[in-house]
Amino acid sequence: MSAPGKTERILRVAVWGAALAVWWALYNNLAAVATWVTYSLVGLRKGSHLGAAVEFFVYEVPKVMLLLTLVVFAVGIVRSFFTPERTRRMLAGRREFTGNVLAALLGVVTPFCSCSAVPLFIGFVTTGVPLGVTFSFLISAPMVNEVALVLLFGLFGWKVAAIYLGAGLTVALAAGWIIGRLKLERYVEGWVYEQAAGAAGEADAPMDWAARLAAGRTAVREIVGRVWPYVVAGIAVGAGIHGYVPENFMAEIMGRDAWWSVPLAVLIGVPMYSNAAGIIPVVQALLGKGAALGTVLAFMMSVIGLSLPEAIILRQVLKLPLILLFFGVVAAGIMAVGFLFNALM
Amino acid sequence: MKKIQILGTGCAKCQKLATVADEAAKALGAPYELVKVTELKQIMSFKVLSTPALVVDGVVKLSGRVPTVEEAKQLLG
Repeated sequence: MSAPGKTERILRVAVWGAALAVWWALYNNLAAVATWVTYSLVGLRKGSHLGAAVEFFVYEVPKVMLLLTLVVFAVGIVRSFFTPERTRRMLAGRREFTGNVLAALLGVVTPFCSCSAVPLFIGFVTTGVPLGVTFSFLISAPMVNEVALVLLFGLFGWKVAAIYLGAGLTVALAAGWIIGRLKLERYVEGWVYEQAAGAAGEADAPMDWAARLAAGRTAVREIVGRVWPYVVAGIAVGAGIHGYVPENFMAEIMGRDAWWSVPLAVLIGVPMYSNAAGIIPVVQALLGKGAALGTVLAFMMSVIGLSLPEAIILRQVLKLPLILLFFGVVAAGIMAVGFLFNALM
Repeated sequence: MKKIQILGTGCAKCQKLATVADEAAKALGAPYELVKVTELKQIMSFKVLSTPALVVDGVVKLSGRVPTVEEAKQLLG
């Protein structure tokens, strides 16, 4: 190791350290800045509807964007260790139950885009990953969303984040296991299994840390660049609810006593599609106005976990009864989570 | 002549990959042919797990992401 290389490494670590320190300082002073901007700079009256809404917006937008940037960067690095090819090798030939558990967990960290759902599905089932295990992966990958997870952690603390993670993994595991047990291979379009089996494609090129950090930066550019309008729109809706909807208004329609609110939340949530970053500020505002945690969780999971476009894409490889069952089982699982948490909390 | 194929069912990233590959190939200067493969069965014959994917002379060089032009040049070269 030559001396210049070492100096450069120390310098690089110092730059990253300084960047983190700046991040931390910004993050911790947002509340004071938001209060100052709202009531001193803009001059709104304390306790007014508009003031509450504006303060919420001015505080939450930079806070969520800061959290999002840090998290997406970290996740980009974590994901450079997990490729779909590697996940498939880990899942091929697994026994059902262990396979479902592993698939649900890998779904969280493997890079996945719903536009790749079909190639991934075919690639999995033709190389010996059982159908139910494949479904556990396909359910967990969008539903247990790392952006959602960390936003929940940032806004509500580790308990709500842990509940969401546990609930999502359980639904993915159970739904995949049930679909596997039902032996529904006949509802997969015939041409899928005619695809010559075999793993090929890209060999995993070894990556060094410079490449992994670059992957993190790319993730920030792509994901934050794509979701920020949703975040701002979500927070604007949240701010409106925060400022204008009366306290406990939501307790009537989304509270724990209204048993029908859970299935209704899922029914509304499934056809809706938004990414996790946009839905969480809305979730925060609903919870703040007395909506029950289970109901809100069910709504959020059905919005980000199940979507109409995904169903249309999957129709290319799955016959209709299997798609309906897939959505039915997952929706039922989400409802069970909703009822459970409304009963417990 | 180099044969460049872009695998993808038409998502935004597939378009982006085609643009990047085209730019990289132009910069390299060698004669090439660029084809977009959008038909699912044909895409699956390359056994990729994620799209978009870049195929050069029948070999999958990259899948699931869009490279930089510099990286694409290396993959094509």
